[in-house]
Amino acid sequence: MPEYSRFFEGSDRDFARAQTPAERLHLDVVLLMPMLAIMTAGLFVLFSASDGDWDTVNRQIRNFVVGFAVLLVVAQIRLDTFQRWAPTLYLGALLLLLLVPFFGVGAKGAQRWLSLGVIRFQPSEIMKIAMPLMVAAWVVRNGLPPRPSTTVTTLLIIALPAAAIATQPDLGTAILVGASGAFVVFMAGVSWWQIFSGALAALACIWPAWLFLLRDYQKQRILTLFNPEADRLGAGWNIIQSKTAIGSGGWSGKGYLQGTQSHLDFLPESQTDFIIAVLAEEWGLRGVLLLLLLYGLVVSRGLWISFTAQTSYGRLLASAITLTFGVYVLVNMGMVAGILPVVGVPLPFVSFGGTSIVTLLLGFGILSAISTEKRVLSR
Amino acid sequence: MAGTLGALRDTRREWMINRSRLIAAVLALIAVLGVLVYRYYSLQITQHDDFMTQSDRNRIRVEVIPPTRGQIVDRKGRLLAANKPTFVIGVVRERSEDPAALVGILTERLSLTDRELKAFQERSDRRRPFEAVPIKLGLDDAALATVAVDLHQLPGVVVDAQLTRDYPYGEALSHVLGYVGRVSAEDLAELDTERYRGTLHTGKVGLEKRYEPLLHGKPGYQHIETNAHGRVLRVLEKQAPVPGKNLRLYLDLDLQREAVAALGDQRGAVVALDPLTGGVLAMVSNPSYDANLFVEGISYSDYAELRGSLDTPLLNRAVQGQYPPGSTVKPLISLGALARDFITPDTEIPDPGWYRLPGDDRRYRDWTLRVRGTGHAETVDLRMAIAESCDTYYYDLAHRMGIDAMAEVLQPFGLGQRTGIDTTGEQDGILPSTAWKRAALGEPWYPGETISAGIGQGYMLTTPLQLAQAAMVLANRGESFVPSVVHRVDDLTVGGVQRPPIPMDDADWQAVVAGMVDVVHSPRGTAAVIAKGVGYQIAGKTGTSQVVSIAQDAIYDEDAISERNRNHGLFVAFAPVENPRIVVAVIAENGGGSGAASPVARQIMDAWLNEASDA
Repeated sequence: MPEYSRFFEGSDRDFARAQTPAERLHLDVVLLMPMLAIMTAGLFVLFSASDGDWDTVNRQIRNFVVGFAVLLVVAQIRLDTFQRWAPTLYLGALLLLLLVPFFGVGAKGAQRWLSLGVIRFQPSEIMKIAMPLMVAAWVVRNGLPPRPSTTVTTLLIIALPAAAIATQPDLGTAILVGASGAFVVFMAGVSWWQIFSGALAALACIWPAWLFLLRDYQKQRILTLFNPEADRLGAGWNIIQSKTAIGSGGWSGKGYLQGTQSHLDFLPESQTDFIIAVLAEEWGLRGVLLLLLLYGLVVSRGLWISFTAQTSYGRLLASAITLTFGVYVLVNMGMVAGILPVVGVPLPFVSFGGTSIVTLLLGFGILSAISTEKRVLSR
Repeated sequence: MAGTLGALRDTRREWMINRSRLIAAVLALIAVLGVLVYRYYSLQITQHDDFMTQSDRNRIRVEVIPPTRGQIVDRKGRLLAANKPTFVIGVVRERSEDPAALVGILTERLSLTDRELKAFQERSDRRRPFEAVPIKLGLDDAALATVAVDLHQLPGVVVDAQLTRDYPYGEALSHVLGYVGRVSAEDLAELDTERYRGTLHTGKVGLEKRYEPLLHGKPGYQHIETNAHGRVLRVLEKQAPVPGKNLRLYLDLDLQREAVAALGDQRGAVVALDPLTGGVLAMVSNPSYDANLFVEGISYSDYAELRGSLDTPLLNRAVQGQYPPGSTVKPLISLGALARDFITPDTEIPDPGWYRLPGDDRRYRDWTLRVRGTGHAETVDLRMAIAESCDTYYYDLAHRMGIDAMAEVLQPFGLGQRTGIDTTGEQDGILPSTAWKRAALGEPWYPGETISAGIGQGYMLTTPLQLAQAAMVLANRGESFVPSVVHRVDDLTVGGVQRPPIPMDDADWQAVVAGMVDVVHSPRGTAAVIAKGVGYQIAGKTGTSQVVSIAQDAIYDEDAISERNRNHGLFVAFAPVENPRIVVAVIAENGGGSGAASPVARQIMDAWLNEASDA
């Protein structure tokens, strides 16, 4: 055993010391610490955003607990198990997505939910996880770096569920799900000319998409981005109010629980998608920067996990999950600050909401699994 | 071995590619992060001040607190124009899921008229977000209870209390007080819009209009914090409004109602003045209207009816009605003639019952000719001429004085010119002279016109208030005041402004007043009917003014002509003769003669002098 382990850098030291409880549970402490810090801060912001409603805070804690349970379970699963089961999971999720138009239940003109008696869930959430698992498995199976033919089949694998989600319609999720698959392809080493031609093709699709694919309210959101003043009380209201909340926070903020924009109900969706505006108003730019720093730590650790992963599959999966996470943060903060269209993307670990938190922590469970995989191998 | 090495090289290559892609991804993330941080920096630092202002403007609203309008009370402090709390039902569109349906429900429940709906639409077009737009105004407690009791439960409906003008005595005082109405676009053109922010009503007519700047007051302001739904959370800063000033009138409510009762259905006007101040004790114009109708906007049909009525209820006859004064000018002409030595108290003039200008065939008849077929007596002196209203005496006097001298002596008594009373719409009337006729009609004066002017007919027109004012000068033996309805504005006395007295010999006043006393108290006096049972001395003068001129030698037959062509009856009086405390002028439109007017005056003087508890 020792001679085998010499192939691996630093493995002597791993063996030299006893395993910590975290290691025994397959948890990556460096990843979880900033995440827990974000969650804690998030609970404080949520308390303020909900106008001091303990019930909301308790429910969010419950979401965290459920999410952690999922994380713990997922972290124990071996990576090759994910790899093996990825196609099944992907096809299952795709099937459910295709069922949505027929059996789905809707809200606000969009059908996104499937109902299984007591449980209602969005197949698109499952696809958020299934997509990187599947794409990574596919490209690894077909050899790295991907050949052009592999790229084409991969793009089909990505496009099919993305299109299904886009027609629900849920453009924001469709783009993010698609992106999580695209990150895998990118990290897998698709040549730059393929990337550029793909990007050009995507740009070429914008015009017909605008004409035929986008619904009126989606166009409205994009137009609102460019001129929120055009409809102050209608579509522009959210963005004007969130910018006002952020801007009036200044450097040091109005003080915890002192935000007038959120507490006087000017700020819409202040507990969910727009919660960063509450933080920005009450804690100021320094609070925003601190939060970004924590997210930065999480992303850095995620990329480090990818960098040090033992297998290509682990590398690709870790980077895709991490980059998607980073994109969530940037898209959410960008849309609330009025530089991106308003798509329904929550701020990870801060926005209120059960499904998104469980999905996120599931992803982090996979990250933990990847992070601890090397030790499993080295044992 | 080569296979293993190849596999290792592949792994190595994969790892290299992966590292370069990772670096590219990190660089991209950092670039986007940089844009994001720059955006937050720009919002929170560069544009912080703007957004802070925006945020404050969001939540802090400057609200105008309209001042409470000053009230109007009578001389004894009884409320004549009050502020009554009423309820406004408003609609907040943002709070209703279906505003159109809500308006439909309200229209049905509140029986809204098309006019109200149109006004609501106009107000809605100017509204701010989350502002309650009034849809129904002026509901009182009872109406609110019956029709709107559960309306506030409908989302989007707000019920607000506000003060509206109320005239508890309605028709009895409408002409004196005037009324307020909704501030219109035309009003805003002349009003100070800053002072009228939040104010719904402004004076339109009468005292309400004349004293508008004092009654209105000054608005206050409060900075209130509201939430996004417009609900007021707290008041941050407040500057209280300055309420309008209260008006205390000379007018006595009891006397006013007595005057209304005395006139009854008789079209006409009554003015009662306090000779010591010129204060208006009562002022009635009949028929009248209910000022309350105008406060929240009179309906078109109601207004058309008032406007179109032959009885002209909107006309304040007391100051706007212009009538030939008839014989009521005789005492005034007499005083002028005495002063200018055209006559002495003892001058006697033969009275055959008619007068003829030298060298002219036309006969000017005395009123006795029709009644008795003869004159008043063989010869008539001043006292008798006044007491029995001898026309021949004044035909002769007028001829001797000439129209311009007559105008000169009547002018100091204020005939044919506005008195300057503190209400709106007062008319001048006409005091004819050769100069007036040339200017107004471009014609020369004819001698015959002087004759009719001698008995207050022809071109001469006066308002009942002018007659009362002239009677006040007689009562005061020369002392005169500007007639005034308002005594005090809060604690500041505005009434009782004195005019230069008219200098005249005591004996002249005595001679004329003696004649006026005989009008009532001599059995042959023209107003002897009202002397019965009177407990004080009255000095008066009757008058009859022609509505249509009677052809030469034709007999005036009351029954033969239509009601509206009958003569107006007039009566002016003051009492008690020594130390007078009330002056009354009455005109009974188409009353036939002074007999329709003098009992009215008697009733008013009785009410004032017999019950007078205040001086």
